Amino acid sequence: MKDLVRIRDLTVRFYTYEGVVHAIDDLDLDIRQGETLGIVGETGSGKTMTALSILRLIPYPGKIESGSIVFYDRDSGGELELLKLTQDRIRAIRGNKISMVFQEPGSALNPVYTIGDQISEVLLLHRRGQLARGAKQRVDNLLSNGRGFAARVKRPLWRWQSRLYNKTAEQPHALEPRLLNRLPLFRRLLWRLPHEANLLTVDMLKDVEIPDPARVAAHYPHELSGGMKQRAVIAMALACSPDLLIADEPTTSLDVTIQAQMLELFRRIKVDRGASVLFVTHNLGVAAEVCDRVAVMYAGRLCEVATVDEMFLHPLHPYTKALLDAVPMPGRDLQTIPGALADALNPPPGCRFHPRCPSATPLCQQDRPRLKEVAKDHLVACYLF
Amino acid sequence: MKDWKFMARQLVKNPISLMGAALIVIFIIIAIFAPLIAPTPADHLNPYMMPRDSYYATPAPPSDEHIFGTTQGQYDIFYGVIWGTRSAFRVALVVMGITVIIGIILGSLAGYFGGLLDEVIMRITDIFLAFPWLILAMALTAVMGQGLKSLMIALIVVWWPSYARLIRGDILQLREEDYVEASRGLGASSARVILRHVLPNAIYPTLIMASLDIGAVVLSAAALSFLGLGAPEGYADWGQMTQFARNWIVGPPGEPLKYWYAVFIPGVFILLFVLGWNLLGDAFRDIFDPRLARR
Amino acid sequence: MNTFVDIRGLKKHFPIVGGVFRRPVGAVRAVDGVSLAIRRGQWLGLVGESGCGKTTLAKTVVRLLKPTSGHIYFDVPDETKALIEELESQGKNNSKLTYLLKENDLAAFTGNMIRQFRRRAQLVHQDPFTSLDPRMRIKSIVAEPLRIHRVLSGHAVETAVEELLSKVGLSSGQLERYPHQFSGGQRQRIAVARALATKPEFIAFDEPTSALDVSVQAQILNLLKDLKREFGLTYLYITHELLIAEAVCDYIAVMYLGKVVEMGRPEEVFHTPRHPYSQSLVAATPVPDPKRRVGRIVLHGEVPSPANPPSGCTFHPRCSRASKECSELGPDLKLISNDHYVACFHPL
Repeated sequence: MKDLVRIRDLTVRFYTYEGVVHAIDDLDLDIRQGETLGIVGETGSGKTMTALSILRLIPYPGKIESGSIVFYDRDSGGELELLKLTQDRIRAIRGNKISMVFQEPGSALNPVYTIGDQISEVLLLHRRGQLARGAKQRVDNLLSNGRGFAARVKRPLWRWQSRLYNKTAEQPHALEPRLLNRLPLFRRLLWRLPHEANLLTVDMLKDVEIPDPARVAAHYPHELSGGMKQRAVIAMALACSPDLLIADEPTTSLDVTIQAQMLELFRRIKVDRGASVLFVTHNLGVAAEVCDRVAVMYAGRLCEVATVDEMFLHPLHPYTKALLDAVPMPGRDLQTIPGALADALNPPPGCRFHPRCPSATPLCQQDRPRLKEVAKDHLVACYLF
Repeated sequence: MKDWKFMARQLVKNPISLMGAALIVIFIIIAIFAPLIAPTPADHLNPYMMPRDSYYATPAPPSDEHIFGTTQGQYDIFYGVIWGTRSAFRVALVVMGITVIIGIILGSLAGYFGGLLDEVIMRITDIFLAFPWLILAMALTAVMGQGLKSLMIALIVVWWPSYARLIRGDILQLREEDYVEASRGLGASSARVILRHVLPNAIYPTLIMASLDIGAVVLSAAALSFLGLGAPEGYADWGQMTQFARNWIVGPPGEPLKYWYAVFIPGVFILLFVLGWNLLGDAFRDIFDPRLARR
Repeated sequence: MNTFVDIRGLKKHFPIVGGVFRRPVGAVRAVDGVSLAIRRGQWLGLVGESGCGKTTLAKTVVRLLKPTSGHIYFDVPDETKALIEELESQGKNNSKLTYLLKENDLAAFTGNMIRQFRRRAQLVHQDPFTSLDPRMRIKSIVAEPLRIHRVLSGHAVETAVEELLSKVGLSSGQLERYPHQFSGGQRQRIAVARALATKPEFIAFDEPTSALDVSVQAQILNLLKDLKREFGLTYLYITHELLIAEAVCDYIAVMYLGKVVEMGRPEEVFHTPRHPYSQSLVAATPVPDPKRRVGRIVLHGEVPSPANPPSGCTFHPRCSRASKECSELGPDLKLISNDHYVACFHPL
């Protein structure tokens, strides 16, 4: 099966006052269809930037210098070079085919709109045609079943609406509905669209296991707890059934018991919808819980990519091994990694990890090691292999 | 001292802020070297009173003797605007300085200790904010006599409440910071916490607002002087000179701009002075805010 | 043996004001009756999720907050405590009782007594990025406690600061720097150096490693271990990460909604938890072992608000073993096996 996302030679640099930071340095990574890929790393590893690059959301003063990110569009069967798309086209993809969930649900939600409104917004943006079809059906229903005097009076109105929705369903961004949406009185003709969106929203909220979804949809973000907010954000991300869901440390700010619920949810999403998930985290335990494959990053480069079983049972890269050792385990002393994280402005030459590596050789200082397939589906970037 | 170097560099980078800084520097130079630029005539007692040749009411246009002309009563405009720089600085810095000090003291007490003290101080602030400053200035002038002193007191009285509120707001926010709590946890007295931790971090927004406000102070002082409530007649003060020009803003029919120099020249000085401080204040704001965010 | 820090029935409620006249309409019961006995030299781990009151408890124990009720006895002999209890049970409000409390009960300390206490007990904050004054050089930051308590002066201060910084693993020659020039782990070390300046006997840590990377966490924990051994310190360590608590603590207390629900040695609490909440907490903790996914107990529902805790046992709405009596009465901590206490009517 084709890879859903193919990242090749991705380089992202940040031009700060103090100097140039190589946030991502020549990265190659694949995300397969239907898999949950975890990116694990510490501060400065580049994991968040990798996730943001896919949707071209790198903030100033960062810049995607070079590389290609190819996205396989399952609907059309074609391949899109994400880094070369126009602004319009990438916006059509964000929230639609690829969507993102961030770490802080509180900041991802707009405090002055209700949850339902925010999720409907995504639907109104990307699924206008589908909403219009639903609306047309309802109006047609009214036309054929309406009885009584009130129905007779409203009939011409309904006929107009039916025609209108038909047009919107075929060409979601046609001139007539767009124009009508701008005119104050006539906007009411299109009122069924938000209504349809709201019905779908309640379904979405039910899907993410929010209790009493109709009531919650009318709530504002500050009225919900952290776990509920994060679920709402996930609902917003899943509203248009994306092919890829990017989650940037979605459970880091949540309590452990709520986190367990979230991880259950993520596992179910994969099973029910067949979507791929790119899960960025710094917590190895979380990665082991929810991912199929794991990629470990250090200082902007990939160290190791393997299936989750391979990674945790037979870690090969010294950094991966050191990370696993640093997790506190009962019955053994705390293992530390000597030295400090690589300086972002002045990283070590050659392999970025060599100053802290117990098995470093002179070769490690000269050239950077490239990712090599060392065992089945197990890639390592280290001269030891 | 890397901090100051960084700030200075930011200041110079931005052409607008550079202009503001340059203007103020020029005015400082004028103020310092006023006796050299516009020497006081030999038998003139008070250098802050403008010298006059004669007593004609009508202003005279610029000539060799009076570079900027003379204003009503034959006071030399050039002398007036040069020495007026000193008055402007005096009013601006004294009013601003005392206002900020009072604001800091009352704002810190209200913000840090809260409770009843906060309520009382805030109500007093409300009362003072409601003062009609014009009437107050008139009353003070009536009581204390004409002069810059009554003007300055009137301005201080109505200006300090905004600063008290600003500082109080900053302190309310800073009070909750971890390092303030840590300092309390070390056993620091309230005074120490306020003076060493809270105020140094709260001072930057105040500085920004103060530098932006200096312009407003000068304009208010000029307005009061224009109405006759400020400096005494003949005092070297820009606002006072515009008061002289009040009757000569529009000239005789057919030559409406005949006496332009009487209004325009002191007006330009006021404009440039205020502009300089405003640009500098904007520059400060740009320097301090992103720097704080960058950290 | 004297208990070093004896917390009895500690409550800290934050009033909620409402209405036109700002009357107290309710209270956030952050700490709702906690009793802990910390022995000298012990490393007590306090675990729980957000909202359980552990941070409030730590801050109240070091008197950054004033307790609403309850007693905190810091290095007080047993006889004195017994005497106070006797006088209290007699019910009279006599001056002797007041005097004893003012002298011995940390909850009743004022002014200078608190100042003296601060030399003996310190708190290290959670976030190293905000616990150091950004406008002070670290030399002044670490020297501040020495100056406040006038322990040393002049040149001796600088020497002491250098010594403290080297004890926490920071090289000298960095005295003149500002906090933002250091990494998170280094800043936390500076905070620890500051806490050690007055040679305290007791240090409370509020999740000191949660804002740090995994590789740095281990370094800080090892540092804390070494310091504890070298200076004979007693630690109250707050964390929500059970793995860390198990690795370093001598004794564990699990908190939920302002109360301690289980107390015991780490091996017992984490491997054979007896309270349903502890059990779900342990089960919910992800470990880097892909095999360990089955048998997960997922807790349903949300954590209730401490302003409106459920009646009886605060955990009963989410508990699979709850019975009618759980919603009516609140269980007390009962000894269930060797040094292992549980507050539950149906322990596992």
